[in-house]
Amino acid sequence: MSDAIVVEGLVKRFGATTALDGVHLTVAEGSVLGLLGPNGAGKTTVVRILTTLLRADAGRVRVAGLDVVEDADAVRASIGLTGQYAAVDEYLTGLENLEMVGRLYRLGKREARARAGELLERFDLTGAADRPAKTYSGGMRRRLDIAASLIARPRILFLDEPTTGLDPRSRLGMWEFIADLADGGTTILLTTQYLEEADRLADRMVVIDRGRVIARGTADDLKAQVGGQRLEFTVTTAAVLPDVLERLRGMAVDEPQVDEQARRLSLPVSGGAEILAEALQRLDGFTPDILDVGLRRPDLDDVFLALTGHAAEETAGDDDRPAQPAATGGMA
Amino acid sequence: MNTLATTLSDSVVITKRNLIKVRRVPDLIVFATLSPIMFVVLFRYVFGGAIGGLPPGISYAEFLLPGIFAQTVVFGSTITGASLADDLQKGLIDRFRSLPMSRSAVLVGRTVADAGLNVISIAVMALTGLVVGWRINSSLGEALAGFLVLLVFAYAISWLMAVVGLLVRTPEVVNNASFIVIFPLTFIANTFVPLETFPSVLRVFAEWNPVSTVTLASRELFGNVPPGTPVPDVWSLQNPVLYTLVWTAVILAVFVPLSVRLYQRTATR
Repeated sequence: MSDAIVVEGLVKRFGATTALDGVHLTVAEGSVLGLLGPNGAGKTTVVRILTTLLRADAGRVRVAGLDVVEDADAVRASIGLTGQYAAVDEYLTGLENLEMVGRLYRLGKREARARAGELLERFDLTGAADRPAKTYSGGMRRRLDIAASLIARPRILFLDEPTTGLDPRSRLGMWEFIADLADGGTTILLTTQYLEEADRLADRMVVIDRGRVIARGTADDLKAQVGGQRLEFTVTTAAVLPDVLERLRGMAVDEPQVDEQARRLSLPVSGGAEILAEALQRLDGFTPDILDVGLRRPDLDDVFLALTGHAAEETAGDDDRPAQPAATGGMA
Repeated sequence: MNTLATTLSDSVVITKRNLIKVRRVPDLIVFATLSPIMFVVLFRYVFGGAIGGLPPGISYAEFLLPGIFAQTVVFGSTITGASLADDLQKGLIDRFRSLPMSRSAVLVGRTVADAGLNVISIAVMALTGLVVGWRINSSLGEALAGFLVLLVFAYAISWLMAVVGLLVRTPEVVNNASFIVIFPLTFIANTFVPLETFPSVLRVFAEWNPVSTVTLASRELFGNVPPGTPVPDVWSLQNPVLYTLVWTAVILAVFVPLSVRLYQRTATR
């Protein structure tokens, strides 16, 4: 499979601030790449450079096989962009918005109208097609915005935080639309702060923090980096923790963690559901004291915390934090 | 498609978009025309009786209207800056810049739509003027040329305001900033009173102020300067049409390329 997007050594400075400090990444044709990172990590700057809105200070970017600086217009003709703001004209109706963008993508009048109708249908906006976008809810605007970026059937789609600010129901709906597009063969680069979102939609991920790639791979690769699965118990009173631990002796593959305050025990284990069954068997008689039991795989929040030393949703504004001994960019 | 054809067709799409807004937000037109009507009526009746030094053989209404036209179309052009700043803030410029469209069409479409608004304002003011005693005393061709000079000059100011809008990026600030510059520019001129009473420094400024010459140019073309009025000893006022068109050309030559350049580099922050 060839690469739809190739980014090499991307550097961008804004005055004295280095926003991007040598970013490398590739996105295979027809795949979904999740670009993860906290606020201010440089995700949007990457998207802006890849979509020709911003020029890099150093590095090379090819999108759809074309150089984003030399062949900017040809790049624009093969991409769709949905930015962080729902960029719709609020005085135009949904239909007029889509027709306008279609015309500017050089579709004929009739084709633009037909495509607009199709997309309104697909994004559940047919009923609101003739209402000014001003009257739309946040979720509807976002859908209209994505519909606009799809009007010319782009091969490559850039989605910059497509679900930020959406309520949970709209977010689920948006995930379905994005998954459908990916199934249809569109190459997608998606930025997000939500690890769950990347986990659910992306084939591969690139994690950036302060303008540098700190990890890359599939969700499983990243999780494996942080460690395997754990058995977790929450009990009614910390007093029973030593006894519980005693019963489970020998099952842990690494040092168990005991949190007396949270009355929680965490046991690194290897194996599948049978290990949970075994643990429960060993704990026969303690069941009334056990509030919660689970076999947990690390989620991307754990990954992020382990890689950067701070949670994903935390803002990366505090630069006086000591540098993290994080993994370097050349893993993949 | 070649560049000119794509620029034209994209500009038509954008102009249409901008005019749809005018249709959907009628307040825009109401306020764009209400203040000039107010100016016509206030100046005609409040100051009209007190303003002296007019050339003999002319009513204040006839003197005043071309001045109000000039002031209104120049102010009308400031909409260009505020609207572009608004598009920038809402992320629409990012969207347009990510499309394979002409690099100048957003600006052309904007300025053309705003010129359209100015046509509507002038029409409303002209009708109001006719009610309060303004008359056109020239041929149809000359009168049309009078309107055209006003609109062409205002169109150039639109491009200047486009640069302001793309630099300032906040619609409210564009409005306030342009008010501070444009209000004196349209008052230190022959728009509302004859220049003879101005103190010397202001008078020199007013004589070379293109707002004065665009006013005088349209006054002459509407036949609102009675024959026998002494011609001032200043080149700009002796050749108001030419002087105005030179300004127009210079403003366009500087600010069209500058705003297109800025547009290509700007992005929502």
